[in-house]
Amino acid sequence: MFGYSMEEVGNIVVMQGFSGLSLFSVLLLMALGLAIIFGQMGVINMAHGEFMAVGAYTTVFLSKIAVSYDIVNSYFVFAIVAAFILAFFIGYFIEFLLIRHLYKRPLDTLLATWGLSLVMQQIFRSTFGAKEVSAELPEWLLGSFKPTEDIDIPINGVFVMGLALIVTVGVYLFMYRSRWGLRVRATMQNRVMAGAVGINTKKVDRLTFALGCGIAGVAGAAFTTIASTGPTTGSLYIVDSFMVVVFGGAASLMGTIASAFGIAQAQSILQFFMTSSMGKVATLMTIVIILMMRPEGLFASKVRK
Amino acid sequence: MKVLSEKLFGGKQGAIGLAILSLLLFVVFPLWLDLFRLGLIGKYVTYAFVAISLVLLWGNGGILSLGQGMFFGLGGYCMAMFLKLEASDPISTKIQTTPGIPDFMDWNQLTALPWFWEPFKSLTLTILLVLIVPTLLAFIIGFAMFKRRVGGVYFAIITQAIALILSILIVGQQGYTGGVNGITDLKTMLGWDIRTDSAKYILYFANAGLLIACMLLARYILTSKFGMLLLAMRDKEERVRFSGYDVSNFKIFIFCIAAMISAIGGAMFTLQIGFMSPSFVGIVPSIEMVIFAAVGGRMSLIGAVYGTLLVNFGKTMFSETYPELWLFLMGGLFIAVVMFFPDGLAGVYEKYATKFNLTGKLSKLMIKFNKSASVTDELVGEKP
Repeated sequence: MFGYSMEEVGNIVVMQGFSGLSLFSVLLLMALGLAIIFGQMGVINMAHGEFMAVGAYTTVFLSKIAVSYDIVNSYFVFAIVAAFILAFFIGYFIEFLLIRHLYKRPLDTLLATWGLSLVMQQIFRSTFGAKEVSAELPEWLLGSFKPTEDIDIPINGVFVMGLALIVTVGVYLFMYRSRWGLRVRATMQNRVMAGAVGINTKKVDRLTFALGCGIAGVAGAAFTTIASTGPTTGSLYIVDSFMVVVFGGAASLMGTIASAFGIAQAQSILQFFMTSSMGKVATLMTIVIILMMRPEGLFASKVRK
Repeated sequence: MKVLSEKLFGGKQGAIGLAILSLLLFVVFPLWLDLFRLGLIGKYVTYAFVAISLVLLWGNGGILSLGQGMFFGLGGYCMAMFLKLEASDPISTKIQTTPGIPDFMDWNQLTALPWFWEPFKSLTLTILLVLIVPTLLAFIIGFAMFKRRVGGVYFAIITQAIALILSILIVGQQGYTGGVNGITDLKTMLGWDIRTDSAKYILYFANAGLLIACMLLARYILTSKFGMLLLAMRDKEERVRFSGYDVSNFKIFIFCIAAMISAIGGAMFTLQIGFMSPSFVGIVPSIEMVIFAAVGGRMSLIGAVYGTLLVNFGKTMFSETYPELWLFLMGGLFIAVVMFFPDGLAGVYEKYATKFNLTGKLSKLMIKFNKSASVTDELVGEKP
């Protein structure tokens, strides 16, 4: 097959599969936030990638401070928390200024948030420069381990995956096992009724949007461990994340996970055997064709409309 | 006669607006500006084709396509392929390993012309393909999506993804498409040098003339019964469907028309500017073109043209002097238009025109009233 022996193909699949898992983790973190904002609230947040960049830049900034105080080995956990908090509050603020006026015009949120993303990109460029920057990683994130002679698995990949798992479980618990999640779901399913039983729907909207942005911030922190960050980093992932959410079925957590996994794996394995652009084209094309056959996505919840 | 003028120019007011725009494009700009600036205007006018197509599709049809740049680019690429083939005749490419094929193919070790380049040896076929290829793509996308009643947000996201796919494909297949540089070094069309000053003037006027023609076509569509159905579909799709109309066919039709108009703009772009590159195909140009239409007024054909000219003017001016300010301004413009002026410049104009002109206001109200009454009359009366 393609001039490789069977054993080599096996190793390639494992290693590409693993690099697919890193991509999967970042995509999943991005898509989780988007699934909340887009899937639940119906807001098309084109600036979602920039919220990820907020998280990434926070991490980079903190890593610079950590280097000067010589605490590189322990800052990373704080960076994740800080990335979440900062993105959360920017999201909270943006919802108050912008999004809440546009709930009835979903297509217009797309344009307004695109404008927002341009502004945010320029802010990044003016503050941190047009060049890509990368965070100083703690030592325990570097290196790799070798289960067999030919297989290399980078530790930062494992870490990002662990983080994605923790956040996914957290989102699940929040959305389906907490009072807050109940209120969020009630508001999204029937706003008027939710208001009638005493839920403050405006507050729920604001917190939901902010939470989605906060998760994007965590995605940004995770992103710094596998790549460097530039002003337009976020916009590279925005279409992919939308495809993940739409492909998985907008309101379904399981669907989001499954489709993030499928898309990331397909992309990184195909990229090895074809050129990297053709791998991406093949993946996106397949998704578009499947979506044309099945517009409601993979895991559609059955709702009567 | 009156009916025709009503249909083509949109009544007295529409005719005046169109006359002012023609005066600007045909007389004021060519007399006032030097050739370089006029060339810029010509470039903006090609974008105005896309803005017009979005007025049809988005303002009146309620279908937001984020893939109009793709049709613009396809039209442009079709034209560029013809011009490139003419520019790479065996004599002027004799230093290549394989003379007679475009230079980028030679650099990428291609030894024969790919089959899909063959039709572009003839100008007639090329002009047909400029119109057919984007329309066909629009038909396939539209057929697959509208027949399954996919619309609104999902349509926007999927067209965006398709635009992304196409731009990656063009960049990736360097040997067949010229890659990220696009198709450059275009010289002549049937022996006529398109880079001379006189050719630039001729192309500018041809371009402006085509724009006016497309506007007349669009106006004709909008004032016809189909245009009313389009508006009705935007506002109450289910109602139109229950009245017995096949909504999806109308949507496919308007999507194809919009694609074709964008493609004409793309082809004219290639002719005037002398190259085509993937940077006009992807997501960013597609969304920028939506904002041109939004700034001018998503409901107004003339407004969309002015919006395109103004935004691009601003872009050229600011990105020359304060490049870092431009993104702030552009982003702010997106937000401001959406938040405060959903009907764009045309909406603002309408508001103030009526404020200072009470009789005009009354007559406009009457027209509006009559129009809305006739929409319901026709829809309800036609097919009970």
